[in-house]
Amino acid sequence: MELVQMQKSLQDYTKSLFLDGVLDSQFLQLQQLQDESNPDFVSQVVTLFFQDSDRILNDLSLSLDQQVVDFKKVDPHVHQLKGSSSSIGAQRVKNACVVFRSFCEQQNVEGCHRCLQQVKKEYYLVKNRLETLFKLEQQIVASGGMIPAMELGF
Amino acid sequence: MASDGGVSCLRRSEMMSVGIGGIDSPPLDVDEVHVLAVDDSLVDRIVIERLLRITSCKVTAVDSGWRALEFLGIDNEKASAELDESSSFRQVPVVIMSSENVITRIDRCLEEGAEDFLLKPVKLADVKRLRNYLARDVKHSNGNKRKLPKDSPPLTLSPDSSDSSPPRSTLSPDSSDSSPPPSTLSPDSSDSSSPPLSPVEIFSSPLLSPLDDEVDDVLTSSPESTPSLVRRQKMRSPGLD
Repeated sequence: MELVQMQKSLQDYTKSLFLDGVLDSQFLQLQQLQDESNPDFVSQVVTLFFQDSDRILNDLSLSLDQQVVDFKKVDPHVHQLKGSSSSIGAQRVKNACVVFRSFCEQQNVEGCHRCLQQVKKEYYLVKNRLETLFKLEQQIVASGGMIPAMELGF
Repeated sequence: MASDGGVSCLRRSEMMSVGIGGIDSPPLDVDEVHVLAVDDSLVDRIVIERLLRITSCKVTAVDSGWRALEFLGIDNEKASAELDESSSFRQVPVVIMSSENVITRIDRCLEEGAEDFLLKPVKLADVKRLRNYLARDVKHSNGNKRKLPKDSPPLTLSPDSSDSSPPRSTLSPDSSDSSPPPSTLSPDSSDSSSPPLSPVEIFSSPLLSPLDDEVDDVLTSSPESTPSLVRRQKMRSPGLD
């Protein structure tokens, strides 16, 4: 594929993530922090987010599987995931966490289980999309091209 | 337990004066500030560190209030003896970062002496704004940077009129403040006659009791553990239960 085509694909793909609400403007903020001195900043932060989130989701699954659910343990995990997803612009994950927290507050175990499933679903979705995005970027760079700046016309 | 973070800004000479040794870095520019960022979230630490570096701050990021105290050379056991209202740490401006968007809470932080309040997720514009007035503040610092509540300059909380944007607080330094002429940097700021420099500390807001509103979550912890306690006698770890 030609470089120009790849760059266009990347732009379209990125745009679709915003239009679908998978990412929000905070992701653009992260991109602003990337430059020649920190060319991999976004992927580095996002990778940390993935590692962090994998751990949190694991802890959440364990906590919710207990005979007696300790919401004092569950809620902080969800809060943390909400915070980190918000910081990278993973909007749907964040929103799912907000709902999750309200069920925690109600101490609704069934509701929390459903929320966990929803959070996981959104998380795997954004993970998948971002991994694809980074692959597209790598292909462009490998072909000697530059990553096009994000058009903000939407 | 999830909490938020904070940033503390110290001039190198100020840091030396409070006994933080072993700093192996080139001398700072007179206008350079050193920020101590406190946040238990790794992702947030990385982001705030980058935000600060990009705005020309030297940054140290730590993951807890305890480590912040460690970094500042405050021994928790001796804290009540060492820290009092005249301590140079009182000069350290504190900025709170929180995902919590509750005006009463924000007001409370400001009343307790916080310099500013940044709503998470923090944006480059927020940090730039902070950096601008901190640079100005640091140049014109007077002897008692942090005022008692009755002496506080008027603070303006400017809620954004659009529904989707959260309110952001702004600090309007009182320009009628009778400050001495801009302080000259002196490596020996333990000299009480020279105006202390103005370091900055930004802490993520500690957790409060659950009070979720529709849009934003609230954090869970004792309201007593406010970040400004780092400069008070009562030494409970800021931001932790």
